[in-house]
Amino acid sequence: MDETNTDVIQGTLDMLILKTLSLQPLHGFGIARRIEQVSRGVFKVNPGSLLTALQRLERAGWLDAEWRQTENSRRAKFYSLTRAGRKQLDVEAADWSRRVTAVARLLKAEG
Amino acid sequence: MRLPGWRRIARGVGALLHPRATAREIDEEAQHYLDEATSANIAQGLTPKDAVRAARIELGSIANVRESVRSSGWENGVETLLADLRYAVRSLRGAPGFTSIALLTLALGVGATTAIFSVVRPVLIDPLPYPAAHRIVTIAEMQADGSRNSGTFGMYRELAQRSRSLDAIAVMRSWQPTMTGPDQPERLEGQRVSADYFRVLGVAPRLGRNFEPADDRAGGPSVVIISDELWHRRLGGNPSVIGTEVALDGRPRTIIGVMPPEFENVLAPSAGVWTPLQYDMSENRAWGHHLRTVGRLRPAITVEQATLELRQLGGKVLDELRPETYAATLELTAIPLGEDLTRGVRPALLAILGGVGLVLLIACVNVTNLLLARGEQRSGEFALRAALGAGRDRLVRQLLTESLLLALVGGALGMLAATWAVRGLVALAPPELPRHDAIGVDSGAFAFGLAVTTLVGLAFGVLPAVQAARGAPRRALQRGSRRVAGARGRTRGTLIVVEVALALVLLLGSGLLLRSLQRLFAMPIGFEPSELLTMQVQTSGSRFGEDSVADRFFERALAAIQEVPGVTSAALTSQLPLSGDLDEYGVRLQASRDGHSTFRYAVSAGYLETMRIPVRRGRSLEPRDAAGASPVALINASFARRLFRGADPIGKRVEIGPPDPAYTIVGVVGDVTQASLALGQSDAVYTSLAQWPFADNAMSVVVRGSGEVAALAPAVRAAIWSVDKDQPVVRVAMMEDLLDATAADRRFALLLFEAFALGALALAAAGIYGVVSGGVVERTREIGVRSALGASRRSIVALVLRHGMGLAGLGIVIGLAGSAVATHAIASMLFSVSRLDAATYVTVTLLLASVAALACGVPAWRATRVDPASTLRAE
Repeated sequence: MDETNTDVIQGTLDMLILKTLSLQPLHGFGIARRIEQVSRGVFKVNPGSLLTALQRLERAGWLDAEWRQTENSRRAKFYSLTRAGRKQLDVEAADWSRRVTAVARLLKAEG
Repeated sequence: MRLPGWRRIARGVGALLHPRATAREIDEEAQHYLDEATSANIAQGLTPKDAVRAARIELGSIANVRESVRSSGWENGVETLLADLRYAVRSLRGAPGFTSIALLTLALGVGATTAIFSVVRPVLIDPLPYPAAHRIVTIAEMQADGSRNSGTFGMYRELAQRSRSLDAIAVMRSWQPTMTGPDQPERLEGQRVSADYFRVLGVAPRLGRNFEPADDRAGGPSVVIISDELWHRRLGGNPSVIGTEVALDGRPRTIIGVMPPEFENVLAPSAGVWTPLQYDMSENRAWGHHLRTVGRLRPAITVEQATLELRQLGGKVLDELRPETYAATLELTAIPLGEDLTRGVRPALLAILGGVGLVLLIACVNVTNLLLARGEQRSGEFALRAALGAGRDRLVRQLLTESLLLALVGGALGMLAATWAVRGLVALAPPELPRHDAIGVDSGAFAFGLAVTTLVGLAFGVLPAVQAARGAPRRALQRGSRRVAGARGRTRGTLIVVEVALALVLLLGSGLLLRSLQRLFAMPIGFEPSELLTMQVQTSGSRFGEDSVADRFFERALAAIQEVPGVTSAALTSQLPLSGDLDEYGVRLQASRDGHSTFRYAVSAGYLETMRIPVRRGRSLEPRDAAGASPVALINASFARRLFRGADPIGKRVEIGPPDPAYTIVGVVGDVTQASLALGQSDAVYTSLAQWPFADNAMSVVVRGSGEVAALAPAVRAAIWSVDKDQPVVRVAMMEDLLDATAADRRFALLLFEAFALGALALAAAGIYGVVSGGVVERTREIGVRSALGASRRSIVALVLRHGMGLAGLGIVIGLAGSAVATHAIASMLFSVSRLDAATYVTVTLLLASVAALACGVPAWRATRVDPASTLRAE
């Protein structure tokens, strides 16, 4: 696993965070773990980038943040999606699928 | 919905205000991540120790995470700026010599520029303080020789009836009534104006009413409008003042209006009271040139259109009415009022502004040079920072922060100096400077100073910053890199050439003006000022309604003064030299109609003798030149030259003001300085007081005595009051004190130009010294090698001098060429000095060259001290 690239594709981290949080509020580690699990280990999120992105998204008004107790009674900062965040997710998701389709078409033409 | 971006700003500000709390929160979040990761690792079966290690590896250091999160917000830019500023302050503090010289240089440049800008702005740039001020024009009567006549009531009346391009037109003359009443009598400044005066300016009284045509007719009602200042100072500021009476010149006059406090009367700035002119055409001065004419153009009429119409109308009036006081060649012209007011001072102000701009430019070049030299010394520091990972843009940014900080602090000091200097400038400004009261360092001037400062900071910061950034990585910490200093030396050399050239232009301009002033001030004042007592007597009261009464009062007062024991001679004059009096009349050869503006003195017999003004030709005024005798006049030598060009003026006849009477010239007398700073000689005409047709309501007394003449003042005053105890006696002064005050004016003017010149010289010297001594330091190794190889001290001195003087010489050549062009700008301000005056050019060139030699000499001497052994060992 050392040799395979597990970096999140540039520019998609925000969308992945928004998508992850659209299901339920989570703290930073929870988000990282969820992305890793759902992507079946293809993406590993760099914690520094994740926390930076969370601050940026919170400031943009797409996330709300709140300190709460976790199930194992630690204090953690939980993030949840705002209405503006949901809209933003739709925009980014649509944009992403448009791009993916285009890339797929190009690859097919090549191959 | 929340405003977008609002949260971003709030969070950023929060982070700036509470940096610790923000950091703690990030740390806690990162710590929680670490804890969860550790737990997860343990759950996967790692030992607690390995679990922590793995989590640490995944997260990296908490400090790194904190930095990464924090640097993503906009507030990070602010923090970097603050850090840059802190570093800049520390670095500038660490070099107190450099910092103080740079700050002083900048303060000088910015301060001088801001101060002069504050003076120039209200005078030359701002519109006049009236609605649609661009529509207000002066209506000028231009003679064929380009000189200007005052206007006449007759022409005003005709224009008012015929013109279609003017909304309103008005004439005015000055008026100095004495106000009597419960308080002390006071002589006021005022104006007699035709009915539409305030309509031309576009300002109406704040209380009461404006003048109406019914007020302005001969024998009309006795009414006045007063200024807000007079209203508060003398009349208690009570609105019920409208309709009450004040006694002016002993006559009751009804107050019908009070002007608003912000009303600025540019045509007579100190006027506090206005009364209708009340002329009609039966008046014998109806066609006398003694009024000032202004008008307000109709909207959408241009000054050119108005001039065209006025010229036609003027020609028609002259054709139809043939007034005796007009030459047929006279042409009327409309001149924008603002332009007309500043006509006299515009070239001087622009020249000073140009000079100050040069000072600023030289200051900038100097500071750039200082920064470049400092950049040299700091190359090690830059290399170290680059090696530690500072990016090139980071270094440039740091250096620009430093130079901007330098500029802002220097600029702030400069603006402080400017506030102080402007106060001095205004206090000492010549009285003919218009809009005097509007001058001050205000927000506009500060904005200007700030803009200049910022531009200056960027201008002199960019070059050194770019050079440092270019040099830093390449030169990474190697000591022997002195060899590559050549390119940098060239930049600085170029700057020195520019600086010397600019300094030369400035020095030459100041030099030429200084020489003019010296020539002007070296002119004899034309009379004997020592032991001469002067004072002014004013007449007021209805008893003086008739001219003959005033004449009789002055006659009897003079007789009483001459009776005072100790008085050897005494005389009266309508205006006193050096006192600020400026009374000019249009004087023409009889029947010629070509008037010349001339100082007019109505004097008693014995005035010339008391003043000791020499009679050059013919005779002086004598008691026989009395009221009934044939009118006679004296002219001064300068007027004789202008009017007669060598021909004998004795026996010729001139008209002074109105065409009747004509005066026979009986003598030519020496020139006298009337106004202290006037450029050029002024023409003068003297008439006998008894023969002058109009009474002056104020006369100056001049007294000489045996022994201490100052001690006679109380007795002289008592003698005047023995004739009439109600007349104000003012301005009691010894002529020598008036002369001293004049000298102070002149000293200020000289000082201003000397300061310019010295400033330029000092800045140029500092610049040359900086570059040449920097060059010596850079070439220490070369010089060491040369002297080790047997070069003599003399050849080393020559080497250094050649470097510095070569640059200075090139600068001087360019500066001389530039001056030959630039001095065109001040040609009109020079007095009996050519703008290419060889003596000035030679003196200034030699001065600058020797200062440059001195500035090179010190580093050259230091170069001979270079010890070859130690330099070579240092390699």
